[in-house]
Amino acid sequence: MERSFFARSPSVLIFISMLALFTLLVTVLSEGMGGEVISTSMVKTLGKTLCLCLVAIAMDLVWGYCGILSLGHFAFFGLGGYMIGMWLMYARTEIIVAASLANTELPPTPQEIKDAIGTQIFGVVGGSDFPMIWAFADSLALQLLFVVAVPGLLALIFGWLAFRSRVTGVYLSILTQAMTLALALHLFQNDSGLRGNNGLSGLQNIPGAQDIPQSVLSVWFLWASAFALGLGYILSAWVVSGKFGSVVRGIRDDEARVRFLGYHVESYKLVVFTLTAVIAAIAGALYYPQAGIINPAEIAPIASIYLAVWVAIGGRGRIYGAVIGAAFVSLLSTWFTGGQAPNIDLGFYEVRWTDWWLVLLGLSFVVVTLLAPKGIGGMFDRLVRK
Amino acid sequence: MSSLLEVSGVFVSFDGFKAINNLSFSIDTGEMRAIIGPNGAGKTTFMDIVTGKTRPDEGKVVWGSDNVSLLKMSESQIARAGVGRKFQRPTVFEDQSVRENLAMALRNKRSPFSVLMYRKTHQDAARIDDLAEEIGLTADLKRRSGDLSHGQKQWLEIGMLLAQDPQLLLIDEPAAGMTVAERDHTTEILKQAAKTRAVVVVEHDMDFVRKLDCKVTVLHEGSVLAEGSLDHVTQNQDVIDVYLGR
Repeated sequence: MERSFFARSPSVLIFISMLALFTLLVTVLSEGMGGEVISTSMVKTLGKTLCLCLVAIAMDLVWGYCGILSLGHFAFFGLGGYMIGMWLMYARTEIIVAASLANTELPPTPQEIKDAIGTQIFGVVGGSDFPMIWAFADSLALQLLFVVAVPGLLALIFGWLAFRSRVTGVYLSILTQAMTLALALHLFQNDSGLRGNNGLSGLQNIPGAQDIPQSVLSVWFLWASAFALGLGYILSAWVVSGKFGSVVRGIRDDEARVRFLGYHVESYKLVVFTLTAVIAAIAGALYYPQAGIINPAEIAPIASIYLAVWVAIGGRGRIYGAVIGAAFVSLLSTWFTGGQAPNIDLGFYEVRWTDWWLVLLGLSFVVVTLLAPKGIGGMFDRLVRK
Repeated sequence: MSSLLEVSGVFVSFDGFKAINNLSFSIDTGEMRAIIGPNGAGKTTFMDIVTGKTRPDEGKVVWGSDNVSLLKMSESQIARAGVGRKFQRPTVFEDQSVRENLAMALRNKRSPFSVLMYRKTHQDAARIDDLAEEIGLTADLKRRSGDLSHGQKQWLEIGMLLAQDPQLLLIDEPAAGMTVAERDHTTEILKQAAKTRAVVVVEHDMDFVRKLDCKVTVLHEGSVLAEGSLDHVTQNQDVIDVYLGR
C-alpha cells in the first residue's frame, strides 16, 4: 500500500551516497592515512563542518518545518560540547597528574590525585575544588548521557513553559535568545564551575588515545561526524516524510487550524523542539573535540543567529537545504576570515576580507531573503523539476 | 430529539462591548440550522465560544448526551469531542496536497507519538477516496491545495471537516465568493452532511439559506431575536426592522 520511506524521500539515498563518497575521498587523501593531500587541520575543518551541517538540520526541523524561529539551538550545541568536554578534560588531566605523581617516593592517595587534578583544571580561575556539576566527570558513560539529557531537559522545560503560554513568532524568538544570553553570561562567570571565559581546553587530546597521532584521530572524528550526520539526515527525513511532517508543516502555516482539527499543537512543538535540541547537542559533542576548545563565547546569541542565516541561505523546509547552507557558508567563512582570500586593492582603499566578510554575509542574507526566499535549495528544486 | 449542544445564559464582552448578551439556544442531534444576523450580531463569537477560542464571562455551554461542559476544554479537546469548524476564509494547508490535507483530518489518534508511527491503511485510503468524491475533488487529490480555486478550497475544507467525523459541524459563510454553480454544489454537500450529523451554518445570503431549507435562528446584538422557519422569521417585525428592512 504505502511506498517505502526511501521511495518517498529520494534525497536521502542521494545524500547518503554523496556523504559516504566525500568521507572516503577525504580519508584517502588525508595526511593521517598517507594521502598527504589534505592536511590534518583541513580534515578537522571538514569534520567540524559536518557537525555544523547536523545542527543546521536540527534548526531546519524546528524552524523550516515547524515554524519556531529558535535563537537558542547553538546553546544546546554548546552545552553538548561542554558535557563531553568535562570528561575529556578530567580524564586527560588525571593521566597527566598520575604520571607526574608516579615518581614521588610515597604512592599518592586518591584524594591527593583528585586535589592535583582540581588544581590543574581550576587553578586558572583561582580555585582547586571540584564544583558539584563535575561529580560525574570521571565517568565517560554518564557524561555521554548528559550530552543528551542536559540540553534535552533544558529544552523540555523551556519549551513546555513557552508553548503552553502560547508564546509564538517573534516573541518566542526573543525568549529563546534571552535563554541563550543568560546561559552564556552564566558560563562567563568564573564561579560557574566551567572555568569562566577560559572555557574547557585541550579537548583534542583524547584520553586513552595518547599514542595515536592527531592526523589519525582527526580522520576518526571525521568518520564519527559523517556517521552522525547521515543518521541525523535519515531520522529528520523520516520524521518529516509522513503524517507527522504533515501536521508539523500545518502548525508552521496555520497553527489555529491544526488545533481545530483536534491536534494538541503544544505537544507537537515540544516534541520537535526537544528532539532538535538533542540533535544539536550531539553535533556539539562531536564538534568540540575537533575544535579543541570550548568557551562561553561560542554560545553567545550571535552563533544561533548565524545558524538561522545558514538555514535561510541554504533553503528552509528542505533538509538538504540546511546542509548546503551550513557547509557552503561556514566553509566560505573559514576561507574569508582565515586570511586565505586575496584582498582587493582599490588604490585608495584595500578591501580586507577579514573585515568585510561579515558585510558580505549580511548582504547575501538580505539578497537571498528578497530574491530567493527558498534559498540555494530552492534554486536546486527548480533545476530538478525542469 | 435530545439536544446535542445547549448554550444558556452566555455573556461575552470585549473591552466593555457586549458581543454576546444572554445568548441561549440549543441544537438537536442531526439537525440542520442556519444562523443569520447583521454584522456584529455575534455569529462568529458564538462559534468562537463553542470551539473554545473565546471563553465567555458567564453562562453554560453543554455538549452531548453526557452533558459535559465545553468551557473547561481546550480547542483540540473540543475538536476531538466531535465539534468541527469551518472558518469564513478557506483555511486549508496550501503547501500540501489535497490528499495530505484530508489525511491529516481523518479521525485517527492524534498524539505526537501515534502520528509519528502512523502507517496508512486501506480503510483510510478508501475513506479519503470517498470524501474526495463527495466534495468533487477526486481528480485533484494529488494537486497542491494552494492551486485550487476558491470554491474548491471551500469544499476541501468541508471535506476535512467531514473526515474528522464530527457530530456537529459549524460552518461560517460557506457560500461567500462562490459562483452560482458552486453554491448549488455546496448546498448539496451540506445537505448530504446533515443526514448523519448536526450542521450549523452562519450565512448572510438569504437565497442560500432558503435553499438549505431548515430552521433559522436570527441573532441581533448578541442574543436571539427570532427563531423558526425562514418564512416565519422574515415576517417577524423585529427582524424586518433590524436586518431585512435596512
